[in-house]
Amino acid sequence: MRDTPSGREPVALRRASRGGARHPLVELTLARFREFLREPEAVFWVFMFPVIMTCALGIAFRSRGQEPVIAGVVEQAGADEVASALEAAGGFTVRRIPPDEVDRAVRDGRAPVVIVPGTPPTYRFDEARAESQVARLAVDRALQKAAGRNDAFTPVEQPVQNVGSRYIDWLVPGLLGMNIMSTGLWGVGFSIVQARTKKLLKRLVATPMSKAHYLMSHVFSRLLFLALEVVVIVGFAWFFFDVQVHGALWSLAGLALLGALSFGGLGLLLASRARTIEAVSGLMNLVMLPMWVLSGVFFASTNFPEPMQPFIKLLPLTALNDALRAVINEGLAIAAITTEIAILATWGVISFALSLRLFRWQ
Amino acid sequence: MKRYGPVTAVDGLDLKVLRGECFGLLGPNGAGKTTTIEILEGLLHADEGEVRILGEQWRTDAESLRRRLGIQLQETQLADKLTVAETLRLFRSFYPGGPSVDELLDLVELRPKRDAWVSKLSGGQKQRLSVACALAGKPELLFLDEPTTGLDPQSRRQLWEVLERFREGGGTILITTHYMDEAHTLCDRVGIMDQGKLIALGTPRELVASLGAEHVVEFALADGQRVDEALLTALPGVKDVRRDDTHLHLSTSELHRTVPALLELLSHRQATLSQLGTHSATLEDVFVTLTGRQLRDA
Repeated sequence: MRDTPSGREPVALRRASRGGARHPLVELTLARFREFLREPEAVFWVFMFPVIMTCALGIAFRSRGQEPVIAGVVEQAGADEVASALEAAGGFTVRRIPPDEVDRAVRDGRAPVVIVPGTPPTYRFDEARAESQVARLAVDRALQKAAGRNDAFTPVEQPVQNVGSRYIDWLVPGLLGMNIMSTGLWGVGFSIVQARTKKLLKRLVATPMSKAHYLMSHVFSRLLFLALEVVVIVGFAWFFFDVQVHGALWSLAGLALLGALSFGGLGLLLASRARTIEAVSGLMNLVMLPMWVLSGVFFASTNFPEPMQPFIKLLPLTALNDALRAVINEGLAIAAITTEIAILATWGVISFALSLRLFRWQ
Repeated sequence: MKRYGPVTAVDGLDLKVLRGECFGLLGPNGAGKTTTIEILEGLLHADEGEVRILGEQWRTDAESLRRRLGIQLQETQLADKLTVAETLRLFRSFYPGGPSVDELLDLVELRPKRDAWVSKLSGGQKQRLSVACALAGKPELLFLDEPTTGLDPQSRRQLWEVLERFREGGGTILITTHYMDEAHTLCDRVGIMDQGKLIALGTPRELVASLGAEHVVEFALADGQRVDEALLTALPGVKDVRRDDTHLHLSTSELHRTVPALLELLSHRQATLSQLGTHSATLEDVFVTLTGRQLRDA
């Protein structure tokens, strides 16, 4: 700009003045992008891993509304009567259990409830498992009816069949958030530490390159992949599992962008001092593992005790997952998730600022 | 001066490099060459002392100096999965002026490798690429830290040609090396370093002449035979006698008188030669004479 008074020369001219090279920020970002695409393993982990995960979990936890309740019956006198009563009631799969294996059958999930025939019969079940409790209720109802109990009234049953309330609908935003986190941290942290161990960082600071450009290029190149990542995961879940995005697509895009910037900043921070790949890997796992568990990827974070909730809410992945679910599942607008957005932005800004201060170039 | 804890890596170095010259910093591994050059490059800070480069100082003019210098580091590995042209374009983008990417490729004779990944280059090609990156901003001063270590003779000569071309354009070079022949070929002046100190400074010719003996006679005797060093010192023309594991080395100013006298002495003592050779004195001999150690195993 300095050599032209107008500061508005055409792009072609500007390129010529750099000997055929583009703006350093563009070249740095392109270099990062190319290096990533030429690393097949990296591409696999970023794109295939979440797809395989969605697929596996989608199949494992597919909707089971129609499925029969499995009831174990201990093989002893009276077993046949119990079995036929259950079969007559309908909706049960009866599994015969040898008398010495009752507790094991409940424990290993062969039968969530086991009936020991007798007068009255005994129900063996696991109080702590919802599945077990539901089976006990269903079995009890069928056997009481068979023994002559009459319902006081017959309720009108109206099952809600909402797409968007299945486990897979709940899971996909969590997987998306988890993926934005792990690729943000790995994509930025790994390549920086690698450049440091190869003394490439040292070589780069020996040029007039702007250090901020270098750090920004890592975060920017993340954004290019991010678009692909989000499209692949959301597209896959929609095509195979009919998971719908109920909110506006641009809200989803904006959230993904904010999430990626925020975790990219965190990746920079984690990589700012580490000297070896092992050191940075350890740090990343230390940061990611608690969030995998606490931030509601596979199960709701509300399962954790009340006193922990304020802390869990402040984690960046909790904020991202909650916001993604609000947009994807509930179709809420950005205005409804300003708290989550503020949490994510704060994490991003603080970690970027800290890493600028702490960064070790050689 | 540069200290690492109790270790003083570079101590009391005082030297001037003139514009347009090629200055070589020689010495064995661990002599402090890299520390010295990295202080000059602004990558390390001297604990004491002053550095002026092209009339500027790191403390106040770092930004401008970065643009005017070309730097090649000893251990840098460029990104494996970028092509040669992509790597050069990246480095070129950091500088406001300089040759185009294609001109750089021609300068280091890598045009046929334009689109090859860096990981597919030979050691010599990687070093030339590394030098091309250093030349991307059309530097006035080029720093090279052991650019030819580990290269085969042909690759070394190719790199020397690149450096010669840079000098023809008026550039200044400061190079470190532990190859004495390289210093002899490339450098106008050399400084020899050992254990953090500068122990000799001058043109290669001056330094060799300072030995007072232009030739070296090396010989070895058949098993178990010995000859008194005092007798050797007394031979005509001999300035210095040195013994290593296998050979005896005589520095001499008068080869034509020393060799016949040596042969006569040995036949008189009925000693059998297993090996005999002579060479013109080199910078290597200067180092050996100054430190009593060989450069390679110092």
